[in-house]
Amino acid sequence: MHNKTIAELIEGLQKKTFSSVELTEHFLARISQLNAQFNAVITVTAEQALAAAAKADERLAGGNAPAMCGVPILHKDIFCTDGVRTSCGSKMLDNFVPPYNATVVDNFVRDGAVMLGKTNMDEFAMGSSNETSFYGPVKNPWALDCVPGGSSGGSAAAIAARLAPGATATDTGGSIRQPAALCGISGLKPTYGRVSRWGMIAFASSLDQAGPMARTAEDCAILLNSMASFDDKDSTSVDKLVPNYCASLNNPIKGLRIGIPREYFSEGLHPGTEQAVKKALANLEGQGAELVDISLPSSHLSVPAYYVIAPAEASANLSRFDGVKYGYRCDDPKDLQDMYCRTRQEGFGEEVQRRILIGTYCLSAGYYEAYYGKAQQVRQLIQQDFDDAFKSVDLIMGPTCPSPAFKFGSKGDDPVAMYLEDIYTIATNLAGLPGMSIPCGFVEEKPVGLQIIGNYFDEAKILNAAHQFQQSTDWHKQAPEGSL
Amino acid sequence: MTIERQEIEKLATLSRLSIDDKTIAEVTERLSSVLSLVDQLQTADTSSVTGMERPFHNAQRLREDQVTESSQRESFQAIAPETHNELFSVPKMIE
Amino acid sequence: MKWETVIGLEVHVQLATKTKIFSGASTAFGAEPNSQACAIDLAMPGTLPVLNKQAVNYAIMFGLAIDAEICQNSVFERKNYFYPDLPKGYQTTQLDKPIVGPGIVTIEGADGSDKAIRIHHAHLEEDAGKSIHDGDLPHGTSGVDLNRAGTPLIEIVSEPDISNAYEAVAFAKKLHSIVTSIGICDGEMSQGSMRFDVNVSVRPAGSSVLGTRTETKNLNSFKFMEEAIAKEVERQIDILEDGGSITQETRLYNGDTKIAKSMRSKEEANDYRYFPCPDLLPVLVSDEEINILRASLPELPDIRQKRFVSEYKLSDYDAKLIASDSSMAAFFETAATLSKNPKLAANWTMGELSAALNGANLNFSSSPVTADQLAGMITRIADNSISGKMAKVVFDAMWQGEGNADLIIEAKGLKQVSDSGALEQIVSDVLQANPSMVDDFIATDESKRKKKLGGFMGQIMKASKGQANPQQVNKILLSKLNKLL
Repeated sequence: MHNKTIAELIEGLQKKTFSSVELTEHFLARISQLNAQFNAVITVTAEQALAAAAKADERLAGGNAPAMCGVPILHKDIFCTDGVRTSCGSKMLDNFVPPYNATVVDNFVRDGAVMLGKTNMDEFAMGSSNETSFYGPVKNPWALDCVPGGSSGGSAAAIAARLAPGATATDTGGSIRQPAALCGISGLKPTYGRVSRWGMIAFASSLDQAGPMARTAEDCAILLNSMASFDDKDSTSVDKLVPNYCASLNNPIKGLRIGIPREYFSEGLHPGTEQAVKKALANLEGQGAELVDISLPSSHLSVPAYYVIAPAEASANLSRFDGVKYGYRCDDPKDLQDMYCRTRQEGFGEEVQRRILIGTYCLSAGYYEAYYGKAQQVRQLIQQDFDDAFKSVDLIMGPTCPSPAFKFGSKGDDPVAMYLEDIYTIATNLAGLPGMSIPCGFVEEKPVGLQIIGNYFDEAKILNAAHQFQQSTDWHKQAPEGSL
Repeated sequence: MTIERQEIEKLATLSRLSIDDKTIAEVTERLSSVLSLVDQLQTADTSSVTGMERPFHNAQRLREDQVTESSQRESFQAIAPETHNELFSVPKMIE
Repeated sequence: MKWETVIGLEVHVQLATKTKIFSGASTAFGAEPNSQACAIDLAMPGTLPVLNKQAVNYAIMFGLAIDAEICQNSVFERKNYFYPDLPKGYQTTQLDKPIVGPGIVTIEGADGSDKAIRIHHAHLEEDAGKSIHDGDLPHGTSGVDLNRAGTPLIEIVSEPDISNAYEAVAFAKKLHSIVTSIGICDGEMSQGSMRFDVNVSVRPAGSSVLGTRTETKNLNSFKFMEEAIAKEVERQIDILEDGGSITQETRLYNGDTKIAKSMRSKEEANDYRYFPCPDLLPVLVSDEEINILRASLPELPDIRQKRFVSEYKLSDYDAKLIASDSSMAAFFETAATLSKNPKLAANWTMGELSAALNGANLNFSSSPVTADQLAGMITRIADNSISGKMAKVVFDAMWQGEGNADLIIEAKGLKQVSDSGALEQIVSDVLQANPSMVDDFIATDESKRKKKLGGFMGQIMKASKGQANPQQVNKILLSKLNKLL
């Protein structure tokens, strides 16, 4: 049952081949049996899940239930869940039980999906390896000594290990696509503003975007149908009709123009990864797509711009964690300043503190123009690169990350080595474009991801190309040994 | 770009983070490394652009002035670190 | 040495919206602590702001009232600092692109001439919560009430065009008059609806270089502001005359103890690290929206003053006094129109009624005597039914809730006697009863006789229980005495 895709599970539920309660029990059993070796799930909500599944079965019996009704999923622990701890991977929120739901969570409740629990993540989504979580690192199901990627490493690993058929995730600089690539699954970061940020704990507000993770592009389309909505509680939510992302999956891709940015195939790219990606592109060419050589000349500036803008926004977003209203407060503060400083020093991990300091530096008097001001300008250059490219191509493709999953601790001492992990993914966040990663091969027995970038609100086009690729390949069907 | 120890102390004060003497050298080194990375920005020719704060140039939506929230004090204060007589309690502020 | 004072004001005006600037929580005053702080106001993780339309409209209305340029693309920024009453750890405010650009507010200086005070800009922002330091609190703690957090404010920043405490108060009162007239603020100073930060510096008279300034924060009454400025000017001059120098600092003035002190306790220099708030988009305002607001703008005090002079023939002084307070002006206009006697309506509104309201700590909108009732009384004064003296009795009775003027005049028998037959009888009786006074009158030199009339008048009014029409009595008395000469 756990090897079925969401599309297959929906079929079974609608045909009453199995019930949502049976399905939910099955995945809960897998989590309790297997999660310990991956540490992908940090909160299991068995009781609520079974109650929701029973309700979903009633809705299914009544007929006309939404597609997601009865399908069990996991939520990244960055989404607030009413009555269920929402930690954001941090000691700061280890005791935080919000009295409200994120809009994304509400949307799935509306459609009858069943929440199995919450997934592990890098603390406040700051990391590319899941090593910064207060709850310990997540292990990559393909190689237990390797990272799953981050920050949505828990969601990615859980799907790869068949602990859930799908999960929610968020992407600020690559946090959906990079772990999807490293864990051999599919993950989509939609256009900025497509999915509501209400109730999603903010890292960098102008970059954060929630999206789905599953094993196939079709499943991502099904999940996005529930996730995407206009939300008047989020001022940056875009009031634009949500199409049915499944409707165009089977369109032929003959004549599709695919831009191949030469900057994404330069030094630093693992030769095995390069080979796998090129093979995938050849497959699409074989289906009638046209490959177009393009340039994104400001690409090399995306990581520096990101590491000004994201920490700057984060430094302000994380000021609310001060020990006054909720969350962690240090023991026996001797005065107000001591309470602030120790609460934040004890409550935040090292990487989070580092980014707060960098953000504070970039915004401080005398440095603002040189860093924050300059980064905003570079951000515009990056957006213009894409605007130019999309004049002549429909989609842009390349590797998701420079190399396959790396060993724990291997990028330990220098934060910059870790930051370069997102070198191909960050630009789309800066521009606000949608991007996806799908499995396209293996290197050293570890998965490789193909990145597909679309123009604004072209999620359907991305999913269509991804689905057509998956119709003629079986990389997405591979399962790590420990998950069988 | 290197960063001075005193500067780190100032940043820590502004961000309300206490950094002890043992780790300050390490923090200084790592921040300097990140700042060298972001210093690559200075090489960019940005004379043609004004700057971009967000992906879209949409306008702020405005909300009607209607009360939509009722008191949820009990549920909010149930998760507060410390309260007293309906107030959030903090170490004494000096005026 | 002669010194010259330079003052600039920053005025925080709470906007009279029903809800917060970024949330749907109520802004009603006086609620139980933290009962009006919703998830957004508490900065709960994942919550986001959505801007209140009315707050934007009110800010634009203020801009139009002072003839300022309205920014059609204004931007919210985050001002970062930590304080327990600031839940997000930053205040959402405006800096580079405030919604209201430069404008002018005209005041009357101490010498009675007009003076233009330039407004640098006015911006929208959110208020902080309230910190509570005394009362029933555990030892060593302060309490935080976040009901006020997120209340919409406009901060009005003047240029340093103000030269003394008198002008500062005139400016503050003028702003109060404008914001209450256009209905964007309730003007309740005691509830903190308007608060003033005062920047003061002194320099040798004639110098063009500004001295070092201090900022005295959070003054919430005109009186305290006047006192604080006077004290601060004196303090700065004393220091400079002793050869010292002024430290740029923030100061607090305690209106109860009359003591000002420095807030230098925090050594660190503030660095607010402003940057555009990514959770909010630029606020776009169209020409059409501005025109609609301009058309709906209630009458401004200056225009109302001119109208009162031309329409009701009030003196400049009376017109200004009444026009500056919109509820007083509305009260006056009703009373003047109903009584068809603007002069008396103005006198009673500014005089007896204002004094009574002040004494009872009430305002015109909550006056126990209605404009309708006052007009009824004025009608009876004008048609000689009651004397001015009796009117005071009627007014007191109306204040006590005894009904309208006619009812009171009837019940208390206060109607003036104008029946000449009855008056002639009273005058004759008084003359007969006081032969020595009559003799004295006759004996007095003609030029001084007029002074003697008062004695007779007193007796006559006493005999008539005050109800005799004084003008008529005067006429009858003179003719009767003249016959005796």
